[in-house]
Amino acid sequence: MYPFKYQKAATVRGAVSLLGKAEDPKLLAGGHTLIPTMKQRLASPKTLVDLSGAGLSGIEQKGRNIVIGAMTTHAEVAASPIVQQAIPALAQLAGHIGDPHVRHRGTIGGSVANNDPAADYPAALMALGATVHTSKRKIPAEEFFAGMFATALDEDEVITKIAFPVPAKAAYVKFPNPASRYAIVGVFVAKKGSQVKVAVTGAGSGGVFRHTAMEEALAKRFNPKSLEGVGTPAADLNGDIHASADYRAHLVGVIAKRAVAAAIA
Amino acid sequence: MTVTALGAAVRRKEDHRFITGKGQYTDDINRPGQAHAYFLRSPHAHATLKKIDIAKAKAMPGVVAIYTGDDVAADKVGGLICGWMIHSKDGTPMRAGPHPILAQGKVRYVGDHVAVVIADTLSQAKDAAEAILVDYGVLPANADTAKAQSGPEVHVEAPNNTVYDWHIGDKAATEAAFKAAKHVTTLEIVNNRLVPNAMEPRAAVGEYDSGNDALTLYTTSQNPHVARLVLSAFIGIAPEHKLRVVAPDVGGGFGSKIFIYAEETVCVWAARKCGRPVKWTADRTEEFLCVAHGRDHVTRAELATDAEGKITGLRVKTIANMGAYLSTFASSVPTYLYATLLSGQYAIPAIYAEVDAVYTNTSPVDAYRGAGRPEATFVVERLVEAAAREIGMDPAAFRRRNFITKFPHQTPVIMMYDCGDYKASLVKAMEMADVKGFGKRRREAAKRGKLRGLGYSTYIEACGIAPSQAVGSLGAGVGLWESAEVRVNPVGTVEVLTGSHSHGQGHETTFAQLVSSRLGISIDNVSIVHGDTDKVQFGMGTYGSRSGAVGMSAISKALDKIEAKAKKVASHVLEAAEADIDFKDGKFTVKGTDKSVDFGTVALNAYIAHKFNPQELEPGLKEGSFYDPTNFTFPAGCHICEIEVDQETGVATIAKWTAVDDFGNVINPMIVEGQVHGGIAQGVGQALLEGAIYNKDGQLVTASFMDYAMPRAHDLPSFDVGMTVTPCPSNPLGIKGCGEAGAIAAPAAVINALTDALGTEEVPMPATPQALWTVIQKQSRAAIAAE
Repeated sequence: MYPFKYQKAATVRGAVSLLGKAEDPKLLAGGHTLIPTMKQRLASPKTLVDLSGAGLSGIEQKGRNIVIGAMTTHAEVAASPIVQQAIPALAQLAGHIGDPHVRHRGTIGGSVANNDPAADYPAALMALGATVHTSKRKIPAEEFFAGMFATALDEDEVITKIAFPVPAKAAYVKFPNPASRYAIVGVFVAKKGSQVKVAVTGAGSGGVFRHTAMEEALAKRFNPKSLEGVGTPAADLNGDIHASADYRAHLVGVIAKRAVAAAIA
Repeated sequence: MTVTALGAAVRRKEDHRFITGKGQYTDDINRPGQAHAYFLRSPHAHATLKKIDIAKAKAMPGVVAIYTGDDVAADKVGGLICGWMIHSKDGTPMRAGPHPILAQGKVRYVGDHVAVVIADTLSQAKDAAEAILVDYGVLPANADTAKAQSGPEVHVEAPNNTVYDWHIGDKAATEAAFKAAKHVTTLEIVNNRLVPNAMEPRAAVGEYDSGNDALTLYTTSQNPHVARLVLSAFIGIAPEHKLRVVAPDVGGGFGSKIFIYAEETVCVWAARKCGRPVKWTADRTEEFLCVAHGRDHVTRAELATDAEGKITGLRVKTIANMGAYLSTFASSVPTYLYATLLSGQYAIPAIYAEVDAVYTNTSPVDAYRGAGRPEATFVVERLVEAAAREIGMDPAAFRRRNFITKFPHQTPVIMMYDCGDYKASLVKAMEMADVKGFGKRRREAAKRGKLRGLGYSTYIEACGIAPSQAVGSLGAGVGLWESAEVRVNPVGTVEVLTGSHSHGQGHETTFAQLVSSRLGISIDNVSIVHGDTDKVQFGMGTYGSRSGAVGMSAISKALDKIEAKAKKVASHVLEAAEADIDFKDGKFTVKGTDKSVDFGTVALNAYIAHKFNPQELEPGLKEGSFYDPTNFTFPAGCHICEIEVDQETGVATIAKWTAVDDFGNVINPMIVEGQVHGGIAQGVGQALLEGAIYNKDGQLVTASFMDYAMPRAHDLPSFDVGMTVTPCPSNPLGIKGCGEAGAIAAPAAVINALTDALGTEEVPMPATPQALWTVIQKQSRAAIAAE
């Protein structure tokens, strides 16, 4: 780790102001990606702006939305009666991120802002049609994720909360990497009214994506059988020592069926 | 006072210290004025070192010293050694290239040591290392075991990258057996490379005392005396009486901390050179890159059988990857620890094995839990299972037909098995595993879309890694006895100084149980002292499941002497003839009387020396022993794995695990069961999860836990563990050893279960979901083509 300056923001406005003034700043949420990277000397921000004092934690139901503060930890989401009641698939997803240490430090805002192509939350945001609230604006999930480790966020923009519309049915199934337990393939399916959304994480070379062929098939009939014969082109998928693109393409189909089965169970 | 008997499942005495965070590991040791070492490592697998420019780095803040291979050469520091001489078929000695503690002229694997930076803080050392300019002449890498002999040359001393081409057994008799065979089973086997990953990474603190011209090395070692011997006699760091090696609490080793490595050696050498204590602790990446890895064999194996299903011959050709340099005991692992076990539990009349040890541009490979014996067991048990299926016999029945049943049994590959009852462990395991009900379970699984299989592994191992004359005749550079000293204090409490080293094995409990049961005192009144060359005179350390069989036998021998002397003292206290003194349950009694005295009183009398003539009987009560057993020990048993494969994803889930082991007499069944559990976990890790992968450029692709899959609790079922006992006749306690059994037995049991489930012998290790899915795809394509 190289030396850096640590600054703790008391408010979102304070954080934004520090982002504008400080030398080479980086926002610190749970720190479970950033700190290890800094320890390995692969990242070297000059300033860390800690958001833990900016009042961004908390979960509430607002009308037909579940609104989760950006600094809410995965463990808090997993244990939240509100989330468990309204979107059990989201609570379950949060409860299987990383390990207990990660879940008690890592935050939803940090995960979403990092947009790791194998992270779980991006699939939930995409499938549930969530909206990312920032210090400046509201960004629909569709427009927020902009490819591997890239988002629509500006340099001086801070995520404040994420609003999830409550679906009629939803489920998330993850096929974990045997080593890291990140998603090799994770599929989030959600049904609201006549609309079905299927979001896939872990597999895509550009990060999370919507699987429109599956969505169309499921919109006709929300049943795993509807996915028979619905393929996933391997050309757009990642390949590594754990899973080739072909294997991932196959897994997307299997895991999507299991997610639909779980959603209607 | 409560006596703790042999065989009592008492809780581990040392765990209070460990679970309350009071353990003292090497990294917990900090010496006044200490500086920190950071190693600049090669990013290339193979390169010449054209120039190393340290000028700018040396001027950086906090830098104490920077040393390179030139400094090592100038100081005439010896290279690291391989302590086991192997000769090739033509009688020539193995061809080992030099192994300097800092690279000289060339780097040979990613992580090779280019320079050491010593600075006030670790951060400063890292900063300075970044400022060192190295001009590498990058060479093509040689990182594929199977093709290593035709790949780029790693050491000029080893033509064709071949360290030795060795063989064992009777070639002519084996060829004759294959000519006459009714059936021959052939398998191509890759035994995957593993990274040991002890929880505690390696660490060292070197310190120089200029007043006494003496050095101390605190380090993560399984055998501090061997480390001192090598550092003194071969590397020339300091004479033995001027070098103290301390291995305090050590958090796991699995073999990887047997060896004498560059970093530890540099710390103690540099401490004198720079005049400051020098500390180094590996981070996890360094552990992945530079610890000695395990396994990495490519083998073609054949089994000949006759018309009655009797095995008539076994033929093996193995290429064993040694990595870029020969580690301390590397040469012995694929030879005398491997091929001598190829008879398994079976009466095989003819065996012939050839082993080529090869250099590659990868981390050195040496002993890892089981060391050669898991590789042998995997070859034999895979062959036996495949042969049984091919000739249409039940795998258990095939094994029973070929089991050795008379002991002692001389195999065609050196080993003389002293005792065992292989049928007993197989039968018991089959009952515990409900093998009879397997067909029903398989059909039920099929309904859930799962392929269920059952696999056996009836393994044998040679443990103790002794006697000295035997290992000496096979090329070992050291004797492999063990020492013990029993010191009885005047109040009757006891300290045992042992040359064994505990790094998770529970010696502080099991060794105390032996003393408690023999002297009739509480285990709380016994301390076990180990891991410090200033306290324990000499010892050979812990590996090869030897501490019970060899280390405790030494303690037992010393206790014999304590008892004999204490009887003499007791005879004076009780005013009776020595021949009339009995010792039982901690009490000395005069035969046929009610006169008695307890052990503590006798101990006190031994020291106050009022009741006997010190000209005839020396005061004090302290005895030692060097114990060398009469043979290796041969733990054996039967593990049965039942597994289910999800056809859609390729995920294998172990449904049931049964282990029945014969470890001879057992001191603490709880600790033994724990050893079995840990061993199985590591064996399952090898079979399903773990694999160190180098790419063609010699980069370790699996250099972190993000890509190297360690087994987790989630990956394992509850184990059903049982035992059979045939006491070992080769040591006084009848112990065989239990530390490696699980890791030796498990891989073959898993793969045999998978090959049963999938109906093909072509299942690779590790059998990852992707690997199994690929096998399933291949089969379904073949099935479609057949239609």
